[in-house]
Amino acid sequence: MRLTCTVNGTEQQVDDVWEGESLLYVLRERMGLPGSKNACEQGECGSCTVYLDGLPVCACLVAAGQAEGREVGTVEGLTDGDTGELHPVQQAFLDAGAVQCGFCTPGLLVATDDLVGRSLAEGRKPADAEIREALAGNLCRCTGYEKILDAVRLAADRMSEAGR
Amino acid sequence: MSAPTRTPSGAPAHLTGVGGGRVGDDAQRPDGVLKVRGEFAYGSDLWIGDMLWGVTLRSPHPYARIRSVDLGPALAVPGVHAVLTSDDVPGEKVYGLELADQPVLAVDVVRYQGEPVALVAADHPETARLAASRIQVDYEVWEPVTDARVALGHPTWNQVHDAPAEVTELSRESAHLHPQGNLVRHLKVRKGDPEPTADVVVVGEYEVGMQDQAFLGPESGLAVPTEDGGVELYVATQWLHVDQRQICSALGLPPERVRLTLAGVGGAFGGREDLSMHVHACLLALHTGKPVKMSYNREESFFGHVHRHPATMRYEHGATRDGDLVYVRAAVYFDGGAYASSTPAVVGNGGTMGVGPYVVPNVHVDCYGAYTNNPPCGAMRGFGSVQTAFAYESQMDALAAELGMDPVELRCRNAMEEGSPTPTGQVIDSPAPVAELLRRLQAMPLPPEAATGDDVDLRDMPGGVSNTTHGEGVRRGVGYAVAYKNVAFSEGYDDHSTARVRLEVVGGEAVATVHTAAAEVGQGLVTVEQQIARTELGVERVTVHPKDTTVGSAGSTSASRQTYVTGGAVKAACEAVRARVLERARSVVGRPVADLRLDGGKVVSDAEGIAVPLADVLGDEAVEETLEWRHRPTEAVDPETGQGFAHVQYAFSAHRAVVDVDTELGLVKVVEMACTQDVGKAINPQAVIGQIQGGTAQGLGLAVMEEILIRDGRVQNPSFTDYLIPTVLDMPPMRIEVLECADPHAPYGLRGVGEAPNISSGPAVLAAIRAATGLPLRRVPVRPEHITVEGPLAPHPSHARGGPLQGA
Repeated sequence: MRLTCTVNGTEQQVDDVWEGESLLYVLRERMGLPGSKNACEQGECGSCTVYLDGLPVCACLVAAGQAEGREVGTVEGLTDGDTGELHPVQQAFLDAGAVQCGFCTPGLLVATDDLVGRSLAEGRKPADAEIREALAGNLCRCTGYEKILDAVRLAADRMSEAGR
Repeated sequence: MSAPTRTPSGAPAHLTGVGGGRVGDDAQRPDGVLKVRGEFAYGSDLWIGDMLWGVTLRSPHPYARIRSVDLGPALAVPGVHAVLTSDDVPGEKVYGLELADQPVLAVDVVRYQGEPVALVAADHPETARLAASRIQVDYEVWEPVTDARVALGHPTWNQVHDAPAEVTELSRESAHLHPQGNLVRHLKVRKGDPEPTADVVVVGEYEVGMQDQAFLGPESGLAVPTEDGGVELYVATQWLHVDQRQICSALGLPPERVRLTLAGVGGAFGGREDLSMHVHACLLALHTGKPVKMSYNREESFFGHVHRHPATMRYEHGATRDGDLVYVRAAVYFDGGAYASSTPAVVGNGGTMGVGPYVVPNVHVDCYGAYTNNPPCGAMRGFGSVQTAFAYESQMDALAAELGMDPVELRCRNAMEEGSPTPTGQVIDSPAPVAELLRRLQAMPLPPEAATGDDVDLRDMPGGVSNTTHGEGVRRGVGYAVAYKNVAFSEGYDDHSTARVRLEVVGGEAVATVHTAAAEVGQGLVTVEQQIARTELGVERVTVHPKDTTVGSAGSTSASRQTYVTGGAVKAACEAVRARVLERARSVVGRPVADLRLDGGKVVSDAEGIAVPLADVLGDEAVEETLEWRHRPTEAVDPETGQGFAHVQYAFSAHRAVVDVDTELGLVKVVEMACTQDVGKAINPQAVIGQIQGGTAQGLGLAVMEEILIRDGRVQNPSFTDYLIPTVLDMPPMRIEVLECADPHAPYGLRGVGEAPNISSGPAVLAAIRAATGLPLRRVPVRPEHITVEGPLAPHPSHARGGPLQGA
């Protein structure tokens, strides 16, 4: 089948998609966007988290056809397309030492961007318990999560400063 | 043949990275920006035009004879390019890290569920899977051997009746899974009086379940056939050269025609030390003449790598009334599963360090590794020391209770220190601050008491937002544990690394390039390599060359060894480069070499107060040195007594765990973990903390949730739905103190970091649950029913001297 959707603001059209393919497979293998990761392919690890019409989803659980005509946002879209500048969430993960093997990182970046964005829109920064709940669907095997929490707090601080 | 790419950018990249940072600084990872942009090329991201996808057909039975295989229906599937079996393996049909006993593809017999039987290459992964499912294999199913002691014909213990059970008929003479029998290794440690007696004796039997490394990046790689009939393999692995050796053997090709390059690695933790898809992808590529990519899904990953050995252990500790350890007797059984993998070395660690970081005058340890029809077990972070730590630390708590002593006091009283003898007759010849680690933990403030009444936040309760308690039935417990672990390879292994370092001036700027084959698996070795080069060569810009086999072996990324051994090699190569540069600078600067140093891209003479740019010294020439570096040699232990200089260095860490337990439902909430660790010298403090936090999480996971459940040799939970690893909700805040007591024998005084915290964390959690519940809890992971219902390994009072241990 032919799939047409918008990915990171650009319209994408791919042909010969087999109906059984997931959005994750199409992003990675047909659109050249392997940033979203394939750690479990069963919706347990969150490493493939992408935005679908603005809501975070596991791309491995979305059939490619379900993305027809919709807007997809991936980790590749976080970086400023014009300047190449890192998004504050990306920079915070680096500065806090929250990246080790990095396989969980793309999914965590999207989930964090969503959490911090929602919180700041409500005029507040996310509390620790809230961060833990929001990221509970993203497995990390390297860090023990402490530095990921640091990174989320740092990103929220910086983005809240910048928004003022 | 061109190198594989992943769209949109090339891979694997030379890593330059941002920022600086020398030894001791929180330098940023050179691969960090690529990773947060989603552009770092992991094994599963590799892509090249015209590539095929390879998949594996695996045995559904733990033990069976293959009567026949019919490949016809698979070959008939459109899009299939090749279907291969063991008949298509051109070289040696078996491989292995220490013993070559594992078939590349099953030969006549399968010995575990998930053993690879056949391979398929097709133009789409689902086509390949469909074709694999159509291969007809006729099995004669046999009854599997699933208990290590049964496999060895040793009696099983039975604590309830306090008597050995009957010896089974199934011994290594009568029903061997391999021609040499079912015993992989038996290590004996004999020290002091063989028949010691003591005032106070505690006996305990313990079990540790099978843990999975659960790295997130699946086994994956891309094999590309080359014009000379060889193959290039881009693969996520831990040790390129040991892979190369085994691949060459299986393919019947010389090393110059099998070139390996490290693809991005999404975590390893020991699970990538053995081959997985390596030979399979190469076979398919050579057979089809096309590039072949293989990437496991999560279920296959559970069958595609070795796991941590489950262990059954019986310990007897004797002490004086004052609390001085008199003796330890122990029997430890590691279930190695169907193939040897690194079982011999795991047995070595379990045996030689099996009594913990304590001074014990009389030691009698028997440590066994056995073949069974369970999944093969091998390397996982902590490697043979994780299992025994649960037993010896539980014993120390039991002994403290028997003596009426504080458990930390008992540990400090018997703690190793510099100059202490080990059970294997070594003398600890660098700092061993075991007591200090414990005292510092004890001095840390405890977390606040649990909230009650209206202040209760469900998210802080055992059971969380499942709303299972508001504090009713919840009891808090605090537990301590300390552990030690050998760093680097032991028992006489020629453990070395190779580094190639080049210094040159590019565009007016001094640039160093570091080339090693040491696998970066997420721990941050590439950062350390840069930091060392910056420190030793006084340059800011350091490029890390892709890891490949065009430079000599770096040894394995395991045993907490790379910062020590490859770090040592990079340091030594830098020193050799520096010596040549300074020798050359002598005439330019007009000062003796002793007065010169490299700093800021210049040759500096402090005496003269002058600095000459490297460009003036080197011109457009590069200075390059390649050298092999070794740590002090170790030696094989005596086969009858286990005595010998087995280990080059030990790492020590201690944990305090605070837990809340819902004693009615058996649910556990870890409230806080505190850790103290001596790292000798923190080369990158931020990365050191990251290792301690991550290691702590994996230890906690084994204590309360992580286990591959096996029934009759079959894995019951090969998914992240059913095999649980800690989430951010399971991990508590941590307090960490890092000590830097230099080891005079090691580069910069450093001590390997990665494994020790993985060893002491779990036993501390277990001790805390015991403290909260009053139950002995002799098995990990602790499941709710162990707390709420008495199981087969449930509580029994410790008692005076038990019978002699089997197998002595």
